[in-house]
Amino acid sequence: MNTNLSPDQREILVQFRALIDKIISPVADQWDREETIPFEVIQTLAQQGLWGINIPENMGGQAWDMMTLGRICEEIGRGSASLLSLFTVHGMVAQVLMKWGTHIQKETWLPKLAKGHVLGAFALTEPDIGSDARRVETTAVLSGDVYVLNGKKKWISCGQIAGLFLIVAQCDGKPSAFLVPKDTPGFSQEPIRDMLGFRSAMLASLCLENCPVPRDNMVGVIGTGFSHVAGTALDHGRYCIAWGSVGLAQACLEASVRYTHKRKQFGVYLKEHQLIQEMIANMVSGTKAARLLCCHAGYLKDAGDPDMIMETAVAKYFASQNAVKVALDAVQIHGANGCSGDYPVQRYLRDAKIMEIIEGSSQIQQILIAGHGYQVID
Amino acid sequence: MIPNNDIKKTVCTFLNRHIKNHEFQGDEAIFTSALFNSLFAMQLVLFLEKEYRIKVENEDLDLSNFNTLNAISAFVEQKASCDCHEH
Repeated sequence: MNTNLSPDQREILVQFRALIDKIISPVADQWDREETIPFEVIQTLAQQGLWGINIPENMGGQAWDMMTLGRICEEIGRGSASLLSLFTVHGMVAQVLMKWGTHIQKETWLPKLAKGHVLGAFALTEPDIGSDARRVETTAVLSGDVYVLNGKKKWISCGQIAGLFLIVAQCDGKPSAFLVPKDTPGFSQEPIRDMLGFRSAMLASLCLENCPVPRDNMVGVIGTGFSHVAGTALDHGRYCIAWGSVGLAQACLEASVRYTHKRKQFGVYLKEHQLIQEMIANMVSGTKAARLLCCHAGYLKDAGDPDMIMETAVAKYFASQNAVKVALDAVQIHGANGCSGDYPVQRYLRDAKIMEIIEGSSQIQQILIAGHGYQVID
Repeated sequence: MIPNNDIKKTVCTFLNRHIKNHEFQGDEAIFTSALFNSLFAMQLVLFLEKEYRIKVENEDLDLSNFNTLNAISAFVEQKASCDCHEH
């Protein structure tokens, strides 16, 4: 596995790193307090091609490889986990359309998604259905030329501002997926506020009340909504979240190194204390290990290797756990300052916890990883 | 054209990477069994795409194409033949 970046990849990353440092990191705490990301920022990122990173060029996207996409997720995660969340779910919808969309679905939606004219959101979770996602209770019933959707979705990232929703519902008792534009009659969104983390990811509850969705808006076929459509989306989501967790941990590390350079206790800078050094050493090594797992997943993705799915689950599991550990240490190093709104590490910790829950909780990843371990080891 | 038996053997080897010590029969239902986890559907798609240099797309997304070794083998034969003609 070659983890070196090509000159083109490096140039793209330098540009994005500078952009994140300029327009994201300095205001991410403010967005967190206001529980929103300004529309102008989304537009600025659209001008940089961010929303079309994984979309083919003939559909208006950038068609960048998965390793580059991952590294960009790291940079976004370093600046704002909430923004990473928007980027992740938008990419999940695009990834599903690229893989399983009909020609018309691709032509209709991918150019709009690529340019950021429409943001996508993925709606699987419901008030009573989380990890047991095959059993979603939203229903789709064929009536003439339309499917009529009824049900509720909850904790939908980007749900307040997305224009296109990928909804998983039961059709003939089997999980199936549908594209539902925001302006569909009977469709409504309600903002969710006061979350622990991802506070500016603009989460929403969705209500589908006799929503008529054209037959042509089904993605895949009846019964493939979880196995193939959500499977594709969640794999992409786990990949982005894994990389974003690396970025979040990197942000914690950078904040901690800077803080321990300038703060003195017992007459010396914090960095001189060996117990502080222990925490920094664990942050560095854990974050490097997480990044390498992500690189491995990205390498397999770019090679189209079926092992990419399990390795992405491993990367997501490890990187999100590492993010929590590193964020806890970052707050510890900052002491009372770290618990205040004057420093970003409190946001990092709150966001890190969400990383362990979204796109498949750590416990779901553990079940999958352990099951795989028992299969491959005699 | 890839011999049908070769496809079955190769796919069977892949299945045994996930489920050890199980002799898969040609007409044994794979998807409707409880043998595989939720990741398997996409792992199988990716395996077929990489191994046989085919692209599984929307119009191929019929679960009956993937539910047995016989069906997978027939699907790959047909798909590989179509893709060859297109190229």
